[in-house]
Amino acid sequence: MSKQGTRSSWLKTTAASAALCALAGPAWADTTLTIGTVNNADMVRMQALSGEYEKSHPGIHLNWVVLEENTLRQRLTTDIATHGGQFDVITIGAYEAPLWGAQKWLKPLDNLPADYDGDDLLKNVREQLTVDNHLYAVPFYAEASITYFRTDLFAKANLTMPEQPTWDQIKGFAQKLHDPEHGVYGICLRGKAGWGENMALLGTIVNSWGGRWFDENWKPQIDTPEWHKAVNFYIDLLKNYGPPGPSDNGFNENLALFAGGRCAMWVDASVGGGTVSNPKESQVAGKVGFVRSPHEVTDKGSSWLWVWSLAIPASSKQGDAARDFILWATSKPYLKMVADKYGEESTPPGTRESTYANADYIKAAPFAQVTFDSLKAVDPAHPTLKPVPYKGIQIVSIPEFQAVATLVGREIAGALAGRGNVDKLLHTAQGAVDRTMKRAGYYDKKPVISKEATP
Amino acid sequence: MNARVRKRPERLLAQPAIIMLLLWMIVPLAMTLYFSTQYYNLLYPGKSAFVGLENFAYFFNYPSFWTSILNTIVLVGSVLVVTVVGGIGISVLVDETFPGQGIVRMLLISPFFIMPTVSALVWKNLLMNPVSGFLAWVWKLFGATPVNWFADWPLLSVITVVSWEWLPFAILIFVTALQSLDREQLEAARMDGARGWAIFRYLTLPHLARPIAVVVMVEAIFLLNVFAEIFVTTNGGPGDATTNVPFLVYTQALLEFDVGAASAGGLVAVVLANIMAIFLIRLIGKSLTER
Repeated sequence: MSKQGTRSSWLKTTAASAALCALAGPAWADTTLTIGTVNNADMVRMQALSGEYEKSHPGIHLNWVVLEENTLRQRLTTDIATHGGQFDVITIGAYEAPLWGAQKWLKPLDNLPADYDGDDLLKNVREQLTVDNHLYAVPFYAEASITYFRTDLFAKANLTMPEQPTWDQIKGFAQKLHDPEHGVYGICLRGKAGWGENMALLGTIVNSWGGRWFDENWKPQIDTPEWHKAVNFYIDLLKNYGPPGPSDNGFNENLALFAGGRCAMWVDASVGGGTVSNPKESQVAGKVGFVRSPHEVTDKGSSWLWVWSLAIPASSKQGDAARDFILWATSKPYLKMVADKYGEESTPPGTRESTYANADYIKAAPFAQVTFDSLKAVDPAHPTLKPVPYKGIQIVSIPEFQAVATLVGREIAGALAGRGNVDKLLHTAQGAVDRTMKRAGYYDKKPVISKEATP
Repeated sequence: MNARVRKRPERLLAQPAIIMLLLWMIVPLAMTLYFSTQYYNLLYPGKSAFVGLENFAYFFNYPSFWTSILNTIVLVGSVLVVTVVGGIGISVLVDETFPGQGIVRMLLISPFFIMPTVSALVWKNLLMNPVSGFLAWVWKLFGATPVNWFADWPLLSVITVVSWEWLPFAILIFVTALQSLDREQLEAARMDGARGWAIFRYLTLPHLARPIAVVVMVEAIFLLNVFAEIFVTTNGGPGDATTNVPFLVYTQALLEFDVGAASAGGLVAVVLANIMAIFLIRLIGKSLTER
């Protein structure tokens, strides 16, 4: 509605101010940037701080579209795939960035300005967003999965959390600490269906049992003993020692549960560390320990790597202003501003070496070291024991993965809610995934897609 | 001759509207038909190709397909039963004059004017929430463990929400119909010694045959497309416990970005609706023409 108005006024002012611009340097014409982002705490902070940006860039107005992860993904994907041009800045993850970059749906972000210090970005993170040596998105924050645990409960029960626990140990702890009478559950884990929700965690669990999504010939490997063991373990653990109704809980729900003191342990994204350590947002601040995410048969692929990043759709007509904004939002001064306003521990984590070289941050953020170690240790090219044809730990970098993991994720969430038998559903899923792959032509010829799409 | 000449300009003038309407209808249908024969994944547009009927085979073989058909039938069927039976019951009750009748009737009809998404949210968060919901509070009042409605009884919960929305529609129709019931006939029956049940069975019910037919027809058309309530409350789950055909089409189109399979699914839904319509019209058309 307001779009029409802004566009025509944009046209008018561009014409008028073109001459001005030539004289006055980088003054922005009356521009409105539409920014699509996800409702995670760090992005909400970005929205809150964006007034500063508007102040220092008169003429640029920011129009925020903040949505829940699954909804955002739908909106962005349909918009970008149909070249709708609704958004000027989009928030995408490590899955979309390389795929969409390879499709030329994103504007490449080459020649980063010197003061942005692109070399400061973590190598592992930067690689996730790069295709053919072009950077297609800049990292806003990056996360690995880690284990959160309540140090007070562990001390009370005389338990010690190892630096690198196994899932079996976690189960043992959960058994001992599960106390629903007093509102404390042994473990909170993601159960909400979705390839970015329950399947992210489950992907790492399957990896650590040595399972994989596809073999070297792209044959699905879901109906294998590794998957059966891993999924049964997960459902058994969460059903017996988890909060009630776990199939409704995603990242944000579990974060609220843990911060509210309801969970003894939680395995999820390291980015929750900022919230649980902040006394204003968490009832358990100061009582939380952080260690590496659990492994089982293998350590490979037991911790995921995810990067939330900002990118510019190729269809955006305000590419320059959009580029200026995303560089601002991922710059060192921005990180400093967040630290000043919200406390050191709230700095968007995982993107810059300099963040972890900052002693104040390491001191203020007890989860920082384990995040940094995990992020550097992960290897998306070798997510499990056996070789795989894809790249990605909790994701498979092919366009079909969304369909495949959505389906499997839904079935598993159903089983978690007590509908359907795990072994049967894995067998069904195997058949369904096999059909999807056959239909997409992975078996008849050499898959063109995977080659192009793999970063 | 004269008439024909006079008709022509009128016809010409009507043409644009008719053509618009046709385009309105045919273009989307033709596009759906076209896409249903293509392999077309939104995420990989370069790879689209003609695949014949493969999309249909794929849609029929999808693990949730039969569940979704069954869920659709159960959902439509039970909501119809609830609204027709409940609607008749309630409208017979409020047909008797009593103080505050106007207000009661207004309140009875009001849920119909609430948007589906809003009523779904109200039910999910204010009424059926196992921790903070009103029902949980009632349950606790009696010392019982609150029911986690949308997780443990997902389809029943959706049916409840949808019935709550459509019951007012049935009441609206039935109350209006009851007002045209012949009062003299009623008195005559009373004088003959007929009691409540007999009057209801031999006077009211036959009188309501047509309104019932109307309610069933209109509701069936809308209930086949129930989506918002499911999307807001259960998201089709847990598993595929509340996935109906429209929701399955949605998962194909917007969660898996498979335009081909979603188009095929859309056409399947059209065929399904038509089969149902034929049955209903046969069944109800009879009761409409018999009298």
